[in-house]
Amino acid sequence: MAIPQSTSSPVISVSDLHMSYGDHLVLNGVSFEARPGEVLALLGPNGAGKSTTIEILEGFRNRSHGKVSVLGVDPATADEAWRARLGIVQQSWRDHGRWGVRQLLEHLGAYYAPFSEPSRPRPMDVDELLATVGLSEHANQKAGSLSGGQRRRLDVAIGLIGRPEVLFLDEPTTGFDPQARRDFHDVVHGLADLDGTTILLTTHDLDEAEKLADRILILAGGRIVANGSAAQLSREVEGRTEVRWSQDGEHFVHAADDATRFVRELFQQHGDAIGDLEVRRSTLEDSYMTLVHRFETDPVGSAQRETLEVVR
Amino acid sequence: MSTTSGARLPSPVLQAARLGIRRGYIEMMHSLTNRADQIWIVVMNGVFVGVLVLQRNSDLADTGYSLAVATLPGLIGMNVVMGEWMGTAQMLAVEREDGTLLRAKSTPHGMLAYLVARVTLAVLNTALGLVIFLVAGLFLLPGLNDVPVSGWLMLLGVFLLGMLATMPWGAVVGASVKSAGAGFGLTFLPMIVLIAISGIFYPITGMPDWLHPVAQVFPVYWLGAGMREALLPDAAAAAELGGQFHTLTMFGVLGGYAVLGLLVAPRVLRAMARKESGSVVEGRKAKAMQGWG
Repeated sequence: MAIPQSTSSPVISVSDLHMSYGDHLVLNGVSFEARPGEVLALLGPNGAGKSTTIEILEGFRNRSHGKVSVLGVDPATADEAWRARLGIVQQSWRDHGRWGVRQLLEHLGAYYAPFSEPSRPRPMDVDELLATVGLSEHANQKAGSLSGGQRRRLDVAIGLIGRPEVLFLDEPTTGFDPQARRDFHDVVHGLADLDGTTILLTTHDLDEAEKLADRILILAGGRIVANGSAAQLSREVEGRTEVRWSQDGEHFVHAADDATRFVRELFQQHGDAIGDLEVRRSTLEDSYMTLVHRFETDPVGSAQRETLEVVR
Repeated sequence: MSTTSGARLPSPVLQAARLGIRRGYIEMMHSLTNRADQIWIVVMNGVFVGVLVLQRNSDLADTGYSLAVATLPGLIGMNVVMGEWMGTAQMLAVEREDGTLLRAKSTPHGMLAYLVARVTLAVLNTALGLVIFLVAGLFLLPGLNDVPVSGWLMLLGVFLLGMLATMPWGAVVGASVKSAGAGFGLTFLPMIVLIAISGIFYPITGMPDWLHPVAQVFPVYWLGAGMREALLPDAAAAAELGGQFHTLTMFGVLGGYAVLGLLVAPRVLRAMARKESGSVVEGRKAKAMQGWG
């Protein structure tokens, strides 16, 4: 099933995706793409359709209508050779509690051996993988005896064992303590660099999305209401960046479209007279709240408004 | 599906089938080295062997044979139903809940390997029970040495057919129940009742007449009867219903369960597998947590 692809063609392509359960419309025309090696975060309030979207892409759920392609194949009719190119990490896995960490990785890795390619040897080396996710010293422990954070790292390792071209992470850090969360972020950062793996993750955690993702999609009311990097989303929502400074004991505030240029001009004009400089771009949380609020207070208006497309 | 891979790569389907057998074997080793499982195996089989010891000197319905001689085949038959039907149902229900099944679904040809592993483990578990009972029987019941080769062959035949007759139905129950708890309740309690009325521990002729047809609808009775026919001398037929062994009916009923089960189970399993997804597992977990809280 190896489909020849130029490196620039999208790895994930979704267009006009609809999904309804009975009368309840969950996805109402979702469209987006992911390019090779990109890390995408899918953000949105509960019930916005994040999990539904990811399950349709994983081939675990049939859509109502719309076009979906992952690695050039429709997940609804894809075969096991396609599945071998994916990695999946779900929200709550408690399986294989009696298996040793290394034993489980070696066993699950063997399923990928028939799908090995010269450019992508499968499965990954277990020792290397254990080191990547920081489980080397727990290799002989039983999966059931791992802490929550360790268990999740094992889940990520299992998701990676087949050296996937696409990795789906569904709320990967739910229930993590701050240390486990930071460790996990380091692992994900390493991945996209490592093998050019394309990653789609869902999360509630705005901070996490900002740290991990190249691009953020905000899903609200079954539509993508925003699509761009954290910085782009902030600019688009607030329009401006707030610059504060003092000059001769007086304090000033200015909302600038291009803060860098504004500050440069400020110094060119006034030089050393400027003090207390503060440039504050709105945080992703600000943008997120504004976008979701805008949608919730006026769903029709925001549906009619052109979806915020700040990339491309 | 065509792969442009090198010639030395194994066929994915064959590889998955092999991995399924290895998985079943690894799981068996986990079970044998797990303290709780060890205690369960020792206590359960200890109780049954204890029954044989106690029944050694009781008479089987005036046939001149010890009651234990009739109980041993019954135990072997019961062990098949417990391992294949109850064991499979519970394992499937538990592994849907903890995500093992979803993991199999996420792995290339993982579902095939999973099914092969379930069969492998059930066969290994049942075979372990068979060996324990036979070894106990050889020590406790001198008559077992006199069983002719044809008797052992029949035991093997009933054993294999019995597995085919019960395991698919275990899969159907395991695939249909909503939770692991329901899987246990729906198999364990009926199992106890069926064992009680099927003449496993006491000749069915001693039960009220109206219970006979009830017992005869289910494979538990026929597995016991088939095993008794295989291992007991002809004269022991006096303790059976109607004073004789019903060989054809026995093979007919077990064969019927097997054929029907093998027709129904794959459909039910496919439907179940299609429905598994992350949010389904998550929802089940949330519900289970509520139940405990």
